[in-house]
Amino acid sequence: MKDKTLKSNLITYGMVIAAYIVVQILLTTGNLSSLFKGLLVPLCVYAVLAVSLNLVVGISGELSLGHAGFMCVGAFASAFFSKCMQNIITISGLRFFLAILVGAAVAAVFGVLIGIPVLRLRGDYLAIVTLAFGEIIKNVINIFYIGIDSNGFHMSITDQFSMGMEPTGTMIITGPQGITGTPKDSTFTAGIILVLITLFIVLNLINSRDGRAIKSIRDNRIAAESIGINITKYKLMAFTVSAALAGAAGALYAHNLAALQASKFNFNTSILVLVFVVLGGIGNIRGSVIAAVILTALPEMLRFLSDYRMLIYAIVLIVMMLFNWAPKALEWRERYLGRFFKKTVKEGK
Amino acid sequence: MKKFVKAASAVLAASMVLSTTAFADATYKIGGIGPVTGPASAYGTAVMNAAQIAVDEINEAGGVNGYQLEFNPQDDEHDAEKSVNAYNTLKDWGMQMLLGTVTTNPCIAVSAEAAADNLFLLTPSASSEQAISAGDNEFQVCFTDPAQGTASAQYIGEHELASKVAVIYNSSDAYSAGIYATFRAEAENQPFEIVGGDLAFTDDSKTDFSAQIQAAKDAGAELVFMPFYYNEASIVFTQAASMDYSPIWFGVDGMDGILTVEGFDTSLAEGVMLLTPFSADAEDDLTKNFVAKYQEQFGEVPNQFAADAYDGIYALKAGLEKSGVSAEADFTEISDALKAAFTEIEVEGLTGVMTWTADGHVSKTPKAVVIENGAYKGL
Amino acid sequence: MSFLSYLINGISLGSVYAIIALGYTMVYGIAKMLNFAHGDVIMVGGYVAFTMMMNVGANPVVAVLVSIVVCTVLGIVIEAVAYRPLREAASPLAVLITAIGVSYLLQNVVLLIFSSNPKSFPSVVGVPDLKLAGGSLIITGKAIVTILSCIVIMIVLTTFINKTKPGQAMLAVSEDKGAARLMGINVNGTIALTFAIGSGLAAVAGVLLCSAYPSLTPYTGAMPGIKAFVAAVFGGIGSIPGAMVGGILLGVIEILAKAYISSQLADAIVFAVLIIVLLVKPTGLFGKQIQEKV
Repeated sequence: MKDKTLKSNLITYGMVIAAYIVVQILLTTGNLSSLFKGLLVPLCVYAVLAVSLNLVVGISGELSLGHAGFMCVGAFASAFFSKCMQNIITISGLRFFLAILVGAAVAAVFGVLIGIPVLRLRGDYLAIVTLAFGEIIKNVINIFYIGIDSNGFHMSITDQFSMGMEPTGTMIITGPQGITGTPKDSTFTAGIILVLITLFIVLNLINSRDGRAIKSIRDNRIAAESIGINITKYKLMAFTVSAALAGAAGALYAHNLAALQASKFNFNTSILVLVFVVLGGIGNIRGSVIAAVILTALPEMLRFLSDYRMLIYAIVLIVMMLFNWAPKALEWRERYLGRFFKKTVKEGK
Repeated sequence: MKKFVKAASAVLAASMVLSTTAFADATYKIGGIGPVTGPASAYGTAVMNAAQIAVDEINEAGGVNGYQLEFNPQDDEHDAEKSVNAYNTLKDWGMQMLLGTVTTNPCIAVSAEAAADNLFLLTPSASSEQAISAGDNEFQVCFTDPAQGTASAQYIGEHELASKVAVIYNSSDAYSAGIYATFRAEAENQPFEIVGGDLAFTDDSKTDFSAQIQAAKDAGAELVFMPFYYNEASIVFTQAASMDYSPIWFGVDGMDGILTVEGFDTSLAEGVMLLTPFSADAEDDLTKNFVAKYQEQFGEVPNQFAADAYDGIYALKAGLEKSGVSAEADFTEISDALKAAFTEIEVEGLTGVMTWTADGHVSKTPKAVVIENGAYKGL
Repeated sequence: MSFLSYLINGISLGSVYAIIALGYTMVYGIAKMLNFAHGDVIMVGGYVAFTMMMNVGANPVVAVLVSIVVCTVLGIVIEAVAYRPLREAASPLAVLITAIGVSYLLQNVVLLIFSSNPKSFPSVVGVPDLKLAGGSLIITGKAIVTILSCIVIMIVLTTFINKTKPGQAMLAVSEDKGAARLMGINVNGTIALTFAIGSGLAAVAGVLLCSAYPSLTPYTGAMPGIKAFVAAVFGGIGSIPGAMVGGILLGVIEILAKAYISSQLADAIVFAVLIIVLLVKPTGLFGKQIQEKV
């Protein structure tokens, strides 16, 4: 049992490292298209997000529809940090490392603050409250105006004018327009390291004593409670770790684009990450990484369809869901393609 | 799942290896980026349609410097990340200059990339200052937000249209919030006051405007300034009519298009004033020809975005002709050539006579028009 | 006086949410799935009615009827093709994601057919506005019709569920599918019927939504859909009077928050109230507390 888990985990790490090596070879030989060079960091961002959400949805068994909210907090906190420190810490690697820590830490704080009330609820009610928190975070960040001048920081929650800033000051967060000009510190190497760290944290948590406690709550809450497992503590643990990792992913995202707006982190983004988790297999960490990579690249691969692109994407999504989840389809696969699929079907559950 | 994964990975791997094969057939390759799907798609679609019309016209007339133009529109769903992906896709295609992006926030992200690459960027409609501030290779066809907000405030002040003005704006849209900010700043110098408090709405709550209209009404605003798009404006007019409130409505270029909303009762927009450089029912040959072509091909009346895109392509043509740069040059050469040429050219387009400054801003005069009997009338 | 105006505007916005929420809550009650495509069925209803009136020249009543028929059929087809195969899936999340897929699909099909340019929906309501207190307080005819239709639909639905055989079958299926099947109830048929009714209601909601807020795009349904979902949870999901009360409360809170607190934070306030309600009453205002058994 133990060896099998270890083997499976090693395959997961190996897969990521192999992907990294292949990409590096392609990069140095100049065989990588601009599109893929541009996609490398986003792929890492979504892989981290998918793995972190899988911790809540798959391992802890709670449906969260507000994951983008934590990403948003992490992105803004880290971008804010980098903008302030741009002239103080000039080594971009160090600054970026600290920015990721800031993003993760702030998101973790939000994870605890939100987790405490949210985790009292069950099922779909819990889902809707996470959705609500996600939307609140987005709306609240939208009204912040923060600028800096020789007198220090100025802040307002209505508009730029009431801040009383000197004309020479610079805006850091401009309400709904967000943060622009974040230093582009994200690199593919940093992204892959973050993916590996995320996998390490999540896989170790799952296979630890704490992880087994979390899974026992998912499988049978009452039974878990009756043998003395502290439900709130373990649920909160999973929720907070997940939030912190989402915050780190947000930091990676923020340092990859020159424009950062809170409206990006809406309900649709949360759902998108959930789609990765479900399609990759609920509770299946490796599946999350693969699904995130494929589904992020897919709409870009479909560009040749021009106007029909998103239509085809929707159809592919529905068909994949039916093919992977419908009991009839699974039965059919078992019967006719049994050789290829036997193992996966088990994994999927 | 596994087989699917294997197949998909193979496809991915194959496409990663595909690298660029540019300049094979010597045409000027113009990329276009804008939202063609998603909630902002009305704007992106208009830009892509109009740009294609301009490209076809130029090609029929013999092209530019002896080369044909090629236009490749890509969707960005009004998302900064997708916009950068679209930009990279176009680079793989061999793009030599970019007409885009259409919306402001994605444009800020793309302009950082374009500045780093030194690829010439001409945005038809991203109106914020930051959209073109990343490098000297970035130019705008539309007015900047500060220009519009300031011009509107000055116009209202100089013509003494009202002493109490309410502003409804979309705080989650950079365009709308940007115009509001400069309007407010300029209002301090003008003989009217802004009343009614902060009457913002957001992209998530743009179906109902009754609260904002009621507040403007209660504050006794004689004029309501509306720096946002015609889509939401059509709801505001309908709701205000049912609330018996009829101030002077004052819009900016985003209001253009209000008369062409299918099914809209244009009598509700009677008396609306707006500053716009383009009107689809202008009588000059250029406009008539363009509107007729657009309607024939796409079955709709073109709006402001379409006009700016059409002018954008002609501006690129003028720049290419002025500099005489060859279509076989690579994109940095073309960018350097166009940068120099753009400050020297003068283009007469649908949106007026345009010249550019070295920092990328266009100078053209907005026309104030009023809607009378369902049509624009110059003021 | 302006407070009363705000209140009335809130109620009329809320009654649109309520009518959408009714469809949501019925489907959820029986199929136990969050049908994220519901908002898009509303949008399709709006487009069908729009086409009937503007391009075919049909009478508004005919247009609404055609729209109801189209949406009902659409609802049944979606259920049979996309949701039914996943009903026994290992995780209830599978069908949730498929619903998202259906939502994207509907949006993009409509986008390709009708283009993304907004359409201004002509009002189908012929009722004149009600002016009180010398014209300073106006209740629009649309608001009156929306609120009345909402009440009528609620009463009809409640009667249908409590007094008719198919209605009772719905209740039974929503309590326990397995037991209902053993009692000889056609479970698949009953769920299909629920989707048919929910989608028919969506058509009505679409027409009323677009009459009151006349701007129709392929994405019109998305945000009201989510808000109505919130309204349904507010009232206690699965409860028909709950959906109505939840919808109206949501509309009133939204408008009052815009008017008196901050127009930019209105949505955040709505969601904050939702969270508080759920923390105090974890199954919504009218939701049933189901005792967990070992």
